[in-house]
Parts: sequence; structure tokens; C-alpha cells
Amino acid sequence: MIVGLDIGSRSIELVGLVDGVTELTLRVPTTFDPISQCTKLLDGLRPASLVGTGYGRNLIQRLDLGCELSTITEIKAHALGAMHFFPQARTVLDIGGQDTKAISLAKGKVVKFEMNDRCAAGTGKFLEYTAGVFQISIENFGEYALKGQNPPEISSICTVFAETEATSLMARGEHPESIAMGLHKAIVKRTVNMLNRVSLNFPMVFSGGVANNPCVLKLLAEEINAVLGTDILVPQEPDMVGAMGAALHGNTNC
Amino acid sequence: MDIKHFINFSELSISDLHTWKEEGGKVAGVYCIYAPIELIRAAGVAQVSLCGKKQAPIKEAERDLPASLCPLIKSSYGYALNGTCPFFTASDILIAETTCDGKKKMYELMGKLKPLHLMHLPHTQQGTAPFEYWMMSLRELEDFLFECSKVKVSAEGLHNQIVLQNKIRNELYQIAILAANEKSPLTARDMLAIQESKSFAVFPDKYLARLTALRTSLATFLKQPNLPASQSLRILMTGCPVGKGSEKTIRITEELGARVVCMENCSGLKGMTLPVDETGDPHEALARRYLKIPCSCMTPNQSRLESIEEMVSTFKVDAIMDMTWIGCHTYNAESTTLQRFVEKKLKIPFLHIETDYSESDTEQLRTRIEAFIELS
Repeated sequence: MIVGLDIGSRSIELVGLVDGVTELTLRVPTTFDPISQCTKLLDGLRPASLVGTGYGRNLIQRLDLGCELSTITEIKAHALGAMHFFPQARTVLDIGGQDTKAISLAKGKVVKFEMNDRCAAGTGKFLEYTAGVFQISIENFGEYALKGQNPPEISSICTVFAETEATSLMARGEHPESIAMGLHKAIVKRTVNMLNRVSLNFPMVFSGGVANNPCVLKLLAEEINAVLGTDILVPQEPDMVGAMGAALHGNTNC
Repeated sequence: MDIKHFINFSELSISDLHTWKEEGGKVAGVYCIYAPIELIRAAGVAQVSLCGKKQAPIKEAERDLPASLCPLIKSSYGYALNGTCPFFTASDILIAETTCDGKKKMYELMGKLKPLHLMHLPHTQQGTAPFEYWMMSLRELEDFLFECSKVKVSAEGLHNQIVLQNKIRNELYQIAILAANEKSPLTARDMLAIQESKSFAVFPDKYLARLTALRTSLATFLKQPNLPASQSLRILMTGCPVGKGSEKTIRITEELGARVVCMENCSGLKGMTLPVDETGDPHEALARRYLKIPCSCMTPNQSRLESIEEMVSTFKVDAIMDMTWIGCHTYNAESTTLQRFVEKKLKIPFLHIETDYSESDTEQLRTRIEAFIELS
């Protein structure tokens, strides 16, 4: 089995391939002890090769596996994963727990990418944090925000400032659903800037946990004049794309 | 080939500074390559670069300065405040420049600590009026230098310094070309030290001899048969100045197996290919040369693009990394112009990195640089 392990800031995903066919997909939260979490995921598995990706990719060197180890960046992993699910992909957008990546593809290769820097503004973390302010689970935050109407403009994408802004909007009597939608819109605007910098071409694959959020999807489609399902393609398990890309890299290496 | 001398150059230069001062010599502390070394030396003053490349003193600087200023300004001011920069301590006078708004205002505060002269730069290299303004600005600097050293700058003295500094610049450029050879054993961090050394040369004649010796031994080394040739990706680094203490981007790039073969920034080769005309009026020739420096404080700054294009060919560059400090508006904004030029005209990969002196984004930078190397 070839294993791809995507060690992200919020969660760790594993994809196991046997003869190029997905045998296994697993996911655990990263916690503050990612090595133990990886060990748990790999329990009982005997991979011939393991490819690490994600923020913690170099941690695989510390796993005592006795198999061939290699790493690729999450840029390459997401590109490979996205092209596996949708070979016609021209752009990849990945919004993960701590960063957002926009990747432009041509002839099966990465030609350009953009990534946020150390600040996690406008990423999954932003949604998680603001969902907390509304006392709503992150899984339901998108549905909740979709109920909003005429969302007020949230000008800050800084998580801390955005909360202050949301609080003052609440004090002004704005509906919380609309404020929630405004917060989603703030993320989308920032994302679109990033996409334009790498020159957005369709179809675009949207991966990462935030691709599960229906409000982000709807607003994004509106903002870039795209049709969901043809211009914007979301894999069945969008958070597995990085791990899949890593596993595929291992496959081609063998 | 011995580069140890260059690696510890700034520390070694402190004893030279003592000798200079014991003999009654005056010292000017400078921050920027717009400081015209030929004029300063011709006025009998030695020039040294002041510290401003490390994170440590930034906290102290933020007592007086906004946190959103670039790290270079804050670090420079912090060093001046806390007295840990030996070159600041050794300086009798400071020569500053109006290359950005943040610096201008910081210099107002720094001027309370030591006699400081602010050189007024025009915002553009084009037209007669900006040039005349710059000429007058250099005259004012000359008066300030006279106040300090009581040495009148003669045309002959200035000419001699011009000839000497032209030689130093040329040697440094030739060394950079040899160091970038695929068989060269020098790393980018070695080159960083060698390029930084020019800012601490208290005795320029002695320094030139050292450079010539290094160039000759490097050239001899490279003539040996069967040297292993590096296959690494060749990167040109441009953007804001980098020094010992703020070289994390270079360090990460080298750790990832790529080679920074050329640094176009002002701590590197910017201006090295611009000699002062040795034939005409030395004052005018000096002013013309310094105004040609392709700094982002000038608008437009077309010559930076031309200079990068030339270096891409001279140094056989595969990809460009534009490293700018957070808060440096001119270099950050100019990155868009540069990126378009690189992608459309030079057709090589381009990466813009905006960061500061802290190590807190090391892993994020590693991912971005690694992905950049993967695609290049």
C-alpha cells in the first residue's frame, strides 16, 4: 500500500492506495501531538511507501515505519489530487484550516501559486472562530449564514477585527444570519483576489474543509460568475485531496 | 581560498576603526547606498554601516515608533537607542536619506541622539530640476562633512576616491560572477558576508587589495579540472536589503537545495555595475551616478527591471524571488510591476515573499519556497 499523509494545522488525513485504487481514507484532528495522531492513523498498516505533505510533512521522518519516506509540499499535493479527481482542472482553490492556496495549472503542472502568509485571516480558522462567536458549530455555520439577507459589508479579514466589527453590527441591530453571511463574503472576496493573482481559469477544483461550506460555495460562484458543478468542481471528500495527491506521488515514484 | 576574513569582517573592522579614530579620523555612520562614499572619504571621513538587520532591538524601538513600520527602520532605531551597535557608538556623525516616509520621521527622532544630516533625494531620476535638487543636496552634505572634519573636498581628492571606489565596485561584481559559477564553493551566505564587507572598509586601499586577492584566488580555484558542478536551481534575489541576522529567506532556500546566485538588492549588487564617470566634473559625475541607483523610492523605476534583466543573463538565473519587508510600501507595491515584467518579458518563475525579521513564519516560508522550487 502507498500511503499519503496530509498533516495539516487542524486535521490529519490519510489516503491508502493499492494498485492505484483507494483502499482507505482516514481523518483525525491534529491536536498538539501530531506524531501520536499519525501513529494512531497508521496503526496496523504496513505501507511500502509513505508520502507526507501539509504543514507538518517533515514529522514523518520521526515515525518509525521502516518504509520509504518522502515529502512534497501541499501545493504539489493539492495539484496532483485535484487533477486525479478532475483531470480537466485548470485552477485549484484550497481553503484549509490555516491557509488558503490558489494554484494555476497548465499541462498537468503547477505554473503559479498564491498562499496567505503567517496570518490565518480568511481561512477555515476564521470561520471556526467566528462560528464560535455565534455559538454555532462549524459544520452548520454555512447553512446558518445562507439564511442571511443583504449582508452588511465586513471590511476586515483579520479574525480579531472581524469579530469586533460583527459585534458592532449586532449592536446596530443587524440580523445575526446576515452578519454571518457578511463574514462569509469577506472570506470570498479575499479568496477571489488570490485567484485573480494566479489568473483564474475554469474548471476550478475547490478542495479543503471549507469547500464543505454551502455559503462560501454560493457566494464564491456568484463572485466569479461560475456555475457550481461545471466551473467549480468539488470532490466528494474535499479535505482528502492533499492526502490523495501525496499518495499518488508515491505511486508514480515506485 | 580564504574567506574567513570576510566572514568576520565587521567585527575585525572595529579595531581598524579604533586605529582610525586614534589618529584623529572622524567616522560617519550611514544606512543606505545613496550615501556617497567618495564624497565622504574625500572629506576625510571614514564611513561605516550602522546595525539594523536583527530582530532583537525592535521591541525597544516600538516604544517610540509605530509597530507597523518596516523592521529595518525599527531595528536601526532600536540599535541607536540601546547602544549595542558598536558602529553607532563609534560614529561622530550620521548621514541619513529620504528614501521613505517612515525613515524620514524616524531620523527626526534619531537626530536627537547624534548629529544627523538628512540628504534630500528627489522622487524621480528624470528631468533637470530633480537632478539640480540632488546636486544641491550633495553640496549641503559636503558642508555638513566640513563642519565635522574641517577638510575641504578638492576636485582631485574626489576624483581619486571615485577611481578607488569604481575599482572596489568592479571587484565586488567580478567576485559575485565567479562565486555564482556552478563549480564555485561559495554559498549565498558567504557572498552575503563578502558583499556586506564593503560597508565596513575603514581603509579602502587595504580593502581593495583583499578583494583583488579573493578574486584572483577564486578564479584560480575555478580553473582546476574535474571540480563538481552544482545542478541546483539558480535563483536571483531582489527586493529589500538583507544582512546577517535577517537572511532567513536565503537560509531556507539553501536548505531546500536551491542556490541564490545573485542578490540584486542594495545589500548586494545594486549599483555595482554603475561606475562614476571618471572624466568629467567629479561632483556632477558623482551626483549622476548616485541618482541612477535603481531604488523603489524612485518613480518610475524602470532601470531596476533593466538591471534585473541583465543580471538574469549574466548569472544564468532560473527563477526570481522578490523578498520584501512588511511595511516597505515602495518595494511591496513595485513587486506587481516586477512580477509582470518577469513573467511576460523574462518568462521565468517569480515568487514574492513579504516577511519581517522574526522567525515566526519560517515554516510557512519553507512551504512557499519549496513549492516554488518544485514548480521552477
